[in-house]
This record gives sequence, structure tokens and C-alpha cells, in this order.
Amino acid sequence: MADLANAHGRAAHADVYGGHDSHGATPGFFTRWFLSTNHKDIGTLYIIFAIQAGIIGALFSGLIRWELAEPGLQVFIKGSLLDHLGLVEASKHGYYVVVTGHALIMIFFMVMPAMIGGFGNWFVPLMIGAPDMAFPRMNNVSFWLLVASWVMLLTSMFVDGGPGKGFGGGWTLYPPLSTIGHTGPAMDCAILAVHLAGASSILGAINFITTIFNMRAPGMTIHRMPLFVWSILVTVFLLLLSLPVLAGAITMLLTDRNFGTHFFDAAGGGDPVMFQHLFWFFGHPEVYILILPGFGMISHIVSTFSRKPVFGYLAMAYAMVAIGFLGFIVWAHHMFTVGMPINLQAYFVAATMVIAVPTGVKVFSWIATMWGGSIEFKTPMLWAIGFIFLFTVGGVTGVVLANAGIDYSLHDSYYVVAHFHYVLSLGAVFAIFAGFYYWFEKMWGVRYNEFLANVHFWITFVGVNIIFFPQHFLGLQGMPRRAVDYPVAFTYWNKISSYGYAITLVGLGVFMLVLLDAMVRRRPARANPWGEGATTLEWTLSSPPPFHQFNELPVIHAEGH
Amino acid sequence: MDLQPAASQIRRDVISFHDNILLPIIVAITLLVLALLIIVMVRFNKRANPTPARFSHNTPIEVAWTVLPVLILMFIAIFSFKLLFEEHDMPKPDLTVKVIGRQWNWDYEYPDQKIAAYTSTPLSAEEAAAGHVPYLLAANAPLVAPVNKVVRVQLTAEDVIHSFSVPAFGIKIDAIPGRLNQTWFKADRTGTFYGQCSQLCGINHAYMPIEVKVVTQPEFDAWVASKAPKPAVVASASAPAAVAAAVH
Repeated sequence: MADLANAHGRAAHADVYGGHDSHGATPGFFTRWFLSTNHKDIGTLYIIFAIQAGIIGALFSGLIRWELAEPGLQVFIKGSLLDHLGLVEASKHGYYVVVTGHALIMIFFMVMPAMIGGFGNWFVPLMIGAPDMAFPRMNNVSFWLLVASWVMLLTSMFVDGGPGKGFGGGWTLYPPLSTIGHTGPAMDCAILAVHLAGASSILGAINFITTIFNMRAPGMTIHRMPLFVWSILVTVFLLLLSLPVLAGAITMLLTDRNFGTHFFDAAGGGDPVMFQHLFWFFGHPEVYILILPGFGMISHIVSTFSRKPVFGYLAMAYAMVAIGFLGFIVWAHHMFTVGMPINLQAYFVAATMVIAVPTGVKVFSWIATMWGGSIEFKTPMLWAIGFIFLFTVGGVTGVVLANAGIDYSLHDSYYVVAHFHYVLSLGAVFAIFAGFYYWFEKMWGVRYNEFLANVHFWITFVGVNIIFFPQHFLGLQGMPRRAVDYPVAFTYWNKISSYGYAITLVGLGVFMLVLLDAMVRRRPARANPWGEGATTLEWTLSSPPPFHQFNELPVIHAEGH
Repeated sequence: MDLQPAASQIRRDVISFHDNILLPIIVAITLLVLALLIIVMVRFNKRANPTPARFSHNTPIEVAWTVLPVLILMFIAIFSFKLLFEEHDMPKPDLTVKVIGRQWNWDYEYPDQKIAAYTSTPLSAEEAAAGHVPYLLAANAPLVAPVNKVVRVQLTAEDVIHSFSVPAFGIKIDAIPGRLNQTWFKADRTGTFYGQCSQLCGINHAYMPIEVKVVTQPEFDAWVASKAPKPAVVASASAPAAVAAAVH
């Protein structure tokens, strides 16, 4: 791909790019972290934000698995331990609030901030040789809007929803459950939270598009951009095109609830199914938004640790473009049971299955990148290989679900839960951890403990598979998702799934240890810990990079093109 | 670990599509990827292969792994569309059941048999235990249907969206306020079949079971007579019974 022109030599470091920093020293604490306009600092804020939200989201899933460990109600019931803790309403409604919160938190406040806000902000400017994002202040607005949204969502959980505290209608917000089913202000808070998160993402998307189109270093043509930059470019286009549709849908929801409109109210001539179309027109691109940056990161990591260039660079880039495009024309496969005309269903079956083709190209190209390589099994590579396998498992069950004929048996069952957790919880999250360890030294300026990080990987790998693989069986047996209680026939696999959660929680604990160890020991980071396989521009800078980098733009020359 | 056993031809075809077409293909693909990953890990690790190759293109193989999946998907699609159209190709219905979903129970109504809507509520844990029926699946008043008859199910909902699902028949369709949805089944054995509401519908979503009792035609007629003891109705309902008896 592209490489840095070695005018300054490969070891060109902070002295070269940051030494002539005309802005002087870094600003004081408040100015630096609360009024930040620096893409790396904002990226760091996003990552810390994602970690705290991820912990809360993971604890929510713990409540879910705790409740489902046995049939009957044990946790979400008066008098339980949860009731004594008093944080979450201990009732059936409380369970649905937690289920809803888990989804919204993991999507909007964990995966998106980590991948786009965190890694995107940090590494898109570094990889394209730009000094910062195109609109640094708007970048700051994006982050703080997300914080406002987060406060709004948490507030929503503690105010009246109608059936109890909080909104418990699922992250899909389907009316009429989200209108007449939840009359309290909790749902309005949730709508505003999603609005703010959406506004934050749209501003971020504009920023990334402008940055990538206008601020690439001399010589970095669009076809020499690193694949992570490609993945972010496709992702932010999806955001820019899909989020306004969601904003429109939830605004109509808001006016239906508060101002007497009837967009989704059948009694007034509206149609609840219309909301589902609008929602999934956003929702399906959204799931690709969650995974595409991961594709980009995995490409870099696989190439770095195989010490071999990415196989089929152009095919990889355009496979992501194809996936992004297809993401907009398959939305109604989430709605096979709403009673659509059969020809429409047949179209969505066919279009959905087509997605498997570019996805297959990516998986095989990753393997081909490794083929003939000289692979080093460092922590990021373990997560990357884990990602490839688990994402494949999630992908093939997606092909099963694409068939409307069989979806009538599996729709809204645990099979679906297993499928999307394999692609997101095990796919996107594994990619995030892969990227986190890959860029750990670059971002934090300290090293992590390789052994602990390995332990973190193995425990998590075992744990999440024990959580989610049995859920395929539950789905095939017909267990509906989003149920607080289940018939005793489903006990066995639910129990195993909950054991898996306990293992994963230990993995999370080890992750905290990794962070603590790195924080306390403060082993100084290397500029490029990965050697010759790491060819992108961020590795030419010191770790951490200077506060302002590339004051003299690097010049990119083609390599092998 | 597997799809619930079938009680209709449609469901048998669903299971056959899953077990004979989809499952072998997805298992094969997953194993192929796993095998390739193991091969690269064994053959191309740092110790086994200290000098990495530099290739990054191989057009024939790239074409192959684009075209082969297309062919596999087309193969799947043949069976998928056949099943889909079969599911939507309802034979002439023998009777119609109207289903109304509400928070949190189902109403069943038989317009042809003039059976007014009756409400099917879940049994409590104690009632279920006393009757030796599964809790969260058993209801106090099941949907009753004759065996080997095409039953048309028409659905709507009163408040929020619910979803009517009976795995043994391979059916699942949403009951949506302001919309009339339709599905059908033709049970080919008698027995009791369970399903659950499959669209989050509020706090008691998990407590909205669907119980379908498939009985022989005479039993069905007797049930109809017991539900609607008006002479005129009994007469009209006994006509198909006579036909069924003649067939037997």
C-alpha cells in the first residue's frame, strides 16, 4: 500500500514532525480535556467514554443472564438482591428496561464511540498524514453531545415510563408500545437521547468526510489510503445517509406521543409498520456502521502480524463500499413477519443473501493475507483471528435467517440473538479489543502486559462462546427473545449460557487488570512495537505522538502500485 | 438443539430445508474457514516460515471466491423461494379463525362456526402443575382446530403489536393494530401444540402463550356444538363432518 517517503528516514519521530510545534506547550487540564480541539485527546475521551459505557452495558447483560439462569423470576422481583440494591427497578418491567438499555448502550455508547469516535479520531488523521481533523471544534461538539445524550439516556431509566421506571420497549422503539404502551416521560427522554447521539454522529460524519477528502498528505491518493480510513469513510457515509431517517422517525414518534399526530396510530389513519420501515432503513446500515471500522482494523492487524501486505487491497476497499451500499437495500429482512406482500419478501431474501458475497471476499482475503506470511501471535493478532472465525459463524447464521421461509420459524427467537451477538458482541467487540491492543502503546504511551492480555483474550473467547453458542439451540427450539421468563424446557441451555457470562465477567476483570498494570508500571512505549509489518503512518511517530503532528506534511510514494 | 418436530407439511419442509440444505452448507463453510485458519497458523507462523512472501494479488482465486459463493447462494435460493412460495400458497381454507392479540392474552373467534370470541389466558404455575401441562405454554382455552384441514388464521391486535407463533406448524406472523394479517396451517396429526407471543408487547410479554389443540373432525364438531349450542349452527357444522366420515 502506501508508505512514508523516507526523506527523514524511517525512524523520523517527534523531533521531525512535532519539534517545530508553533503552538507551544500542551494546555492546562481543564482546557485540554473539556475544551479540546485535538483529535487525539478527543479520541482518548471517546475511548474512556466507551469503556465506562461498556462496563455498564456489560453489567446490564449480567442482570439479564442472572435472571435467565433459571426459569421463574429470581432477580427482577420484589425482595430480590437487585431490589435491595435499588438501582434498577426489580420488576418484569425493570427487566425490559435493562434489555432496552443494554442494546442502546452497547450500540450508541460503546461500539460507535470506541470505533468511530475513538479509533477513528485517533488514527484517521495520523494515517492520512493530516495534522488534525478538518473541523476540530465541531469534533469537540460531537463528543460533548454524546455525553449529553448519555445523561439523557441514564435519566430516562430513573423517570416514570408508564408501566414503571424507564422505557422497556426494546431498542427498536416500535410503536404502539413506545407510544400508548409507555405514556411516561422516560420514552421522551430516550427519544431525545437518540436524537442527541444522532446529531453527534452526523457532525462526526461530516468531519470525517471532509477530513478524508481534503486533508490527505501529498501523494496519498484515494486508492492508497489505508483500509481503516476506507472503512471509516464508508461508515460515516452510512451514518450521514441513515441517521436523518431515524431522526425523522423518532421525531414523528415524539409528536405522536405529545402533540396529537397519528403517523403511527392506526386509529388516526397512521400505520405502526411504517415506523418499522423507517427504523430499519436506519437500523440495517447501523449494524454495518458497527462492524465496518472493525473490518478496517482487522485488515491492518492481520497484515502487520503476518508481515505481509494486505491481500487484494482494492477488492477489500470496494467490498466495504459494496457492503455499505447493500446495507441500504435490505432493511425489510428484519420485518418478514409483519405481513408484507410475498414478492417484496422474495426481493429482500435475494438482496440479503447477496451481502454474503462481499463479506466472503473479506474473510477469504484476510486468510490470504496470512497465507505465506510469517505470523506472530501477539495479543492483537489473537483477537483478530478470533474475530475472523467468530464473525464467520455469525455470518453464516445470517444467511440462514435471510431466508424468509425459515425466518418464520426463527424470527424474534434466540437464534437471532445468537446471530447478532456473534457478529457484534463477538465480531465488533473482538475487533475493538484487537484495535485497542494494537494501538495501545501508540495511544497511551505505555506498554501492556502481554501475558495478562493473552489471558484476557482466552477467557473472553471461551466465555462468549459459551454464552452465545447455546442460544442457537434455544432459538431452534423456539424460545422467543426478550422474555423475562421461559418454560422449563429451555432451562438447560439457558443455564450454560449464564455460566458463560460468569466466565466472560472474569475476562472483563482481567481486562481491568491489564489497564491497571499498564497504568501503574508505566513501561515506556516504543514508537513501533510491531516491526516491519506495521507500515501505516502512525508508526512513524513517537508513542504517544506529539501533541500536534505532521506540521511538515509527509509525502507518500506508491509501493507496488 | 434442533428445530421442534413438525406437525404440518410446511414445517416438515422448513426442517428439511434447514437440516438438509442450510445446515450442511453453513457447517461446511465454517469448517472450511476454521481449517484454513489452522493451516495458516501452523504453516505460516514465525517459526515455520521466517521469511514472509510478498504477494498481494491472485486474480483467479479472487474470482473463484466471488463466484463460488454466488453459486452456493443461488443453490440455496432455489429451495428458499420454493419454500417461501409454498408457505404463501394457501389451499382453499376449510375454516377461518380470527385471532386478536391484546396485552396480555389472545382472543379466538370462529366466524364460520358462529363461535363468538373467547379469551385464552395463560394458566398460573399452580394450575399448570395441577394439570401436568407446561407452565408459560398452556392456556385455559386453546385454539381448537380439526386435523388435516386447512385453517386460515386472520390476525389483528387491539393495543400494541403481538406475534402469533406456532413452531410445530412453522408459522409466525405479527398481530398489528389496524392491520389484518393472515397465515394458515394444516396440521397432520392430533395433539396439543404450543407457541409464545414473539414480539415484545409489554411487561407480561412472556406470559402470553398460544395453545393449539388439534383434534379429529368429530371431536371438533362436538367442541363446536358445545361452544355454540344453537341448532342452526350444529346443522351447518355437521355437514363437513358427514363428508369426513364418508371419506373415512
